[in-house]
Amino acid sequence: MLILTCPACGIAADETELHPGGEAHVARAGPHASEEAFSDYLFSRENPRGVHFERWRHAMGCGKWFHAARCTVTLEIFGTYRADCTAPPEALLERIRAARPGWSWRDFK
Amino acid sequence: MQRYSVFAVAREAMRHHRGWQRAWRSPEPRKRYDVVIVGAGGHGLATAYYLGRNHGIRNVAILEKGWLGGGNTGRNTTIIRSNYLQDASAAIYEKSRSLYETMSQDLNYNVMFSPRGVMMLAQTEHEKRGYLRTAHANGRQGVATEFIGPDRVKQLCPIIETRGPRYPVLGALWQPRAGTARHDAVAWGYARACSDMGMDIIQQCEVTGITSRQGHVTGVETSRGPIACGKLGLVAAGHSGVLSQMAGFRLPIESVALQALVSEPVKPCMDVVVMANTVHGYLSQSDKGEMVIGGGADGYNNYTQRGSFHHVEETVRALIETFPMLSRLNMLRQWGGIVDMTGDRSPILSRSPLAGCFVNCGWGTGGFKAIPGSGWAMAELMARGASTLADPFSLSRFAEGRFIDESVAAGVAH
Ligand SMILES: Cc1cc2nc3c(=O)[nH]c(=O)nc-3n(C[C@H](O)[C@H](O)[C@H](O)COP(=O)(O)OP(=O)(O)OC[C@H]3O[C@@H](n4cnc5c(N)ncnc54)[C@H](O)[C@@H]3O)c2cc1C
Ligand SMILES: [Zn+2]
Repeated sequence: MLILTCPACGIAADETELHPGGEAHVARAGPHASEEAFSDYLFSRENPRGVHFERWRHAMGCGKWFHAARCTVTLEIFGTYRADCTAPPEALLERIRAARPGWSWRDFK
Repeated sequence: MQRYSVFAVAREAMRHHRGWQRAWRSPEPRKRYDVVIVGAGGHGLATAYYLGRNHGIRNVAILEKGWLGGGNTGRNTTIIRSNYLQDASAAIYEKSRSLYETMSQDLNYNVMFSPRGVMMLAQTEHEKRGYLRTAHANGRQGVATEFIGPDRVKQLCPIIETRGPRYPVLGALWQPRAGTARHDAVAWGYARACSDMGMDIIQQCEVTGITSRQGHVTGVETSRGPIACGKLGLVAAGHSGVLSQMAGFRLPIESVALQALVSEPVKPCMDVVVMANTVHGYLSQSDKGEMVIGGGADGYNNYTQRGSFHHVEETVRALIETFPMLSRLNMLRQWGGIVDMTGDRSPILSRSPLAGCFVNCGWGTGGFKAIPGSGWAMAELMARGASTLADPFSLSRFAEGRFIDESVAAGVAH
């Protein structure tokens, strides 16, 4: 079972207490975006075999949304951070790069 | 190819079974093929088979990183049905189901297709209305289904507790010619037929890169060296996202784990397949007597083929209310597969932004039933550039808002 620490209330919560919310940091295209950019925003998703950034909700706890960096192969958690970040914190990215040389995710090279 | 028949069995019995041949060759990869298919699951093998059989394209290689049929094709609960809601789905799934009817004869390989009937239980008013609607739609599509009441459900499957307490059975969508088949045999049967047509099935050959020139695919890099091709088919289910990344485009797909479990074998107690989508579980009895139980999917991206305990608990807890006799059974095995989910829960059979490269994926939790129909349509698409069965499922449907919405009709897993 996954255990994620909710950055809002500080509790280490079991997977059953949480609700997954999909890919993180998807910026809304528009209002004058091209159709391609808009359909990309709506439908295309990163689907990495490796470290992924996701949104989670502490549904059965404090109710707050937050972000997590998690490996989809080993289920290793690299860290969680607040919902109001538009990009992963640099320290977290450093940790992931150190553990996974050559790793990249979308634009966060 | 050595034909299998009752006479072959008798002949081999006389000589201690020493005359059986290998079902398929394991050749070294050649430098170039007209068509390369990535993924020797059911869909990849069926695509290759119909390329050869229907379109005369036989210079084909099927590349598999593990062993053939070792992906979702060998991990599913083998339910075959075609009672979908939308016309495009009914067309391809019913084509597929009808091909299953004659598959053993066509391939000269016993795939043990058993049209024992599938019933999808309605356990809420909402679900009942949904299935009534599907039954009407199926009537117009020429798919034989009917909505049956609780008494008929009990008659067809006496071990169901129809009176609740939490989820009383209000009726069911019943498709009498739906059923199951042996999953491994489907992969093996197609593999044998492909090999017999001169196609190369190359196992333990992982595709690690896709090469192109001026926007047109030229070949693949693999763990066994580069292989050039004229056309490329990506048929890798849960790993489609990884391959599309190599080809330089993204797919509207996310990969999640779906799991199943089987019990110890018991005497025959149910001869139909029952799906209970409200409680996220479905059940059939294998020929060996095991109760085969399918559960729900994880809600987050995942490449670990194992599933999670709380889903097992959730599935089993709900199922024993509907099937009280299950409560005394020991479970023998539990496993997971990585399924490729699209937003509208319908597959993608399409050209891709890279010319000459085609994708067949997004079958998610329900693509075993679709193997022959999908192979048929994909082969037509790759050979001719268009296919009436495949065209509605093109990638462009997302941008154009032409969803083929099966998420309501099909519940969760199947
Ligand atoms: C637990 C479970 C229960 C299910 N129950 C049902 C059911 O009852 N009825 C139903 O209709 N469907 C069911 N399904 C869904 C069904 O199993 C799949 O939709 C179907 O098997 C997909 O077949 P495929 O050939 O596309 O994929 P797969 O069989 O997964 O084949 C893809 C192949 O591609 C290979 N591959 C991946 N990446 C590479 C690479 N880079 N290089 C080379 N090869 C690669 C993989 O090793 C794999 O063998 C279930 C699935 C699961 C997991
Ligand atoms: Zn919290």
